[in-house]
Amino acid sequence: MAQAAEAGRKRFIDDLPRIYGLYTGGFIVFILLMALLERFGVSAQAIGLMFVGFTIVIYAVIGWLSRTMEVDAYYVAGREVPALFNGMATAADWMSGASFVAMAGGIYFGGHPYLAFVVGWTGGYVLVSSLLAPYLRKFGCYTVPDFIGTRYGGNLARFCAVVVLVVASFTYVTAQINATGTIASRALGIPFEYGIWFGLLGILLCSMLGGMRGVTWTQVAQYIVLIIAYIVPVIWMSNKQGFGIIPHFSYGEAVQKIQVLEQAAQVGALKPTATDLPTGVRALTTLHNSPGGFFEGWRFVALAICMMLGTASLPHILMRYFTTPSVKAARRSVAWSLFFIFLLYFTAPALATLTKLQLFDPELATSVIGKSIADVQALPWVQQWSAVNFLRVIDSNADGILQVNEFFMRPDIVVLATPEIAGLPYVISGLVAAGGMAAAMSTADGLLLAIANALSHDLYYKIIDPRADTRVRLIVARALLIIIGAAGAAVASLRLTGILGAVAWAFCFANSGLFFPLVLGVWWKRANRAGAIAGMVVGFAVGTAYLYYTYTTGHALWGIDHLRFGIFGMAASLIAMVVVSVMTPAPDEETQKMVDEVRVPTGRTILAASH
Amino acid sequence: MADDIERARQSHWSKTFWLTIVVLLIWFVFSIVLHWMATDLNGYTFLGFPLGYYMAAQGALIVFVVTIFVQNLIQDRIDAAYERETGQTEIVG
Repeated sequence: MAQAAEAGRKRFIDDLPRIYGLYTGGFIVFILLMALLERFGVSAQAIGLMFVGFTIVIYAVIGWLSRTMEVDAYYVAGREVPALFNGMATAADWMSGASFVAMAGGIYFGGHPYLAFVVGWTGGYVLVSSLLAPYLRKFGCYTVPDFIGTRYGGNLARFCAVVVLVVASFTYVTAQINATGTIASRALGIPFEYGIWFGLLGILLCSMLGGMRGVTWTQVAQYIVLIIAYIVPVIWMSNKQGFGIIPHFSYGEAVQKIQVLEQAAQVGALKPTATDLPTGVRALTTLHNSPGGFFEGWRFVALAICMMLGTASLPHILMRYFTTPSVKAARRSVAWSLFFIFLLYFTAPALATLTKLQLFDPELATSVIGKSIADVQALPWVQQWSAVNFLRVIDSNADGILQVNEFFMRPDIVVLATPEIAGLPYVISGLVAAGGMAAAMSTADGLLLAIANALSHDLYYKIIDPRADTRVRLIVARALLIIIGAAGAAVASLRLTGILGAVAWAFCFANSGLFFPLVLGVWWKRANRAGAIAGMVVGFAVGTAYLYYTYTTGHALWGIDHLRFGIFGMAASLIAMVVVSVMTPAPDEETQKMVDEVRVPTGRTILAASH
Repeated sequence: MADDIERARQSHWSKTFWLTIVVLLIWFVFSIVLHWMATDLNGYTFLGFPLGYYMAAQGALIVFVVTIFVQNLIQDRIDAAYERETGQTEIVG
């Protein structure tokens, strides 16, 4: 019986390329079918609904098929995920609603300084690959606090790691549930408050029954949807503008052209004067490419550092590398992760640039800046997005011509509205909505699972009731998943911060509390329990205190604002950890041996297969 | 025998350590140094892009991807040498 099941799993793993190949083919057929229906006059609303509905049903089916009652499958997907597929799953886990929906818009409005996110969210993987992933895989832990708890010993260290993990991941997950709610409400035509709970339902369907195994196989499916949805409109638009099939290597001229057009349109010189605008809409006031001097350079670098070191401390990413069959596969899958992430991130600046050209270049039929106000207001996409308060055209100086400081939009719509701006068929907009949904759902799933697993494995099983049997542990894990998901949705419905602010905070919380205890745990044998606890507590406390200070007073020491508070948190964490470690006795022989053992790729894992 | 394993371990770790240092140096240059001097780099053009913009939008990213894959290949060799010297194989569990 067990052997038959074993053979079945093996076949399934070997069959993955065929299964996901068929799935990708099926999805493309579905897109073509939708395009055909659009030709036959099916409404835009119905197409959007079918895109989002169809993809969510697929994810739910995968979640159902992956259901399990085994601890190993629930926490680490049975440690059998091949490197390439784990790379795709990590990429979906990683690229959130913020990456998909907000990033290109951020580059459109923020120009060069915003590219710090692009650099930070890719460069971090060099750190994951060199400093952490292979060693954590060798360790054989189920969760990130599992590593801290075993390396440093004692429940207090484990507990501190759980607290940092929960705060960072919860901050992040509310932003993702918010994004699923926004997209679901627009695609299904229901109020935002219901959209949130609908989104949560979809998220839980993927993760509850199958745990890490279910999340892994849905995330691979979600990656395929989101990358197709992101790249197709860009390629289409680039063809229309004459930048070739792959615009990435040829849009340099567009960047230079924009610099000329921006000067002509007086971007930055013309300040918006309109009042009484809907929340979130902005006029363009920052130049596309003006990096500034030493101080702006420092701000860029500080943000990039926070995002990179945050990448290397976020538990929902690190735990994906526990699911590979070997140390080598863990390392290889970091490389694949970065490659799959890179495909989207090097497209985002191209998208921002081409969209800006669409709006500014007077030679293009789609341009709006410099056109007559009446003509622009008659454009269908301007009317549609104005109707939902995402866009405003206001003739502040009453000259009948649209200037750059009279055109207001929300950054999010750069991705969502680009197909319409460029005059692409509606089926592309439906595809983009499905992609945004996939991005937000996959990240929310990973985060919810990271929180629920840390609470069920580290807090409940390791600290509260070490004798709990498997069945109880897995039931507790699932109950926590629902409770945390509901709490996340409840907080998200309050709409406290923007999506991007919350994401940057999550990275800063994670790097303030966890980066040095994790890295030094592998790379510095002398690091001991007292040092690690000091590093976590002091780093997290200093970071949070500075966040409170800068957020409430608006003062930013040396340009370190609330998006970058991890700089102070990490510095405090490093100093506290090193000073306290050196002042207290070195860890015992057994711990030092354990560190030696972690550093070699062979032999047994530190923690037993089922623990 | 135990001495051989100890020696293999030390050589494996020192090679791994230096590989990591080199990778981190590349990382430091392409994630930090170049962007701090983006305005100066914008004086040059690459593939039609101002170089400072190119580095942040694409160049650094490509360097990161290539670095990780090359690091993978070199580390595979270091690990293979260790496995040959000690007779141990990939991890279990």
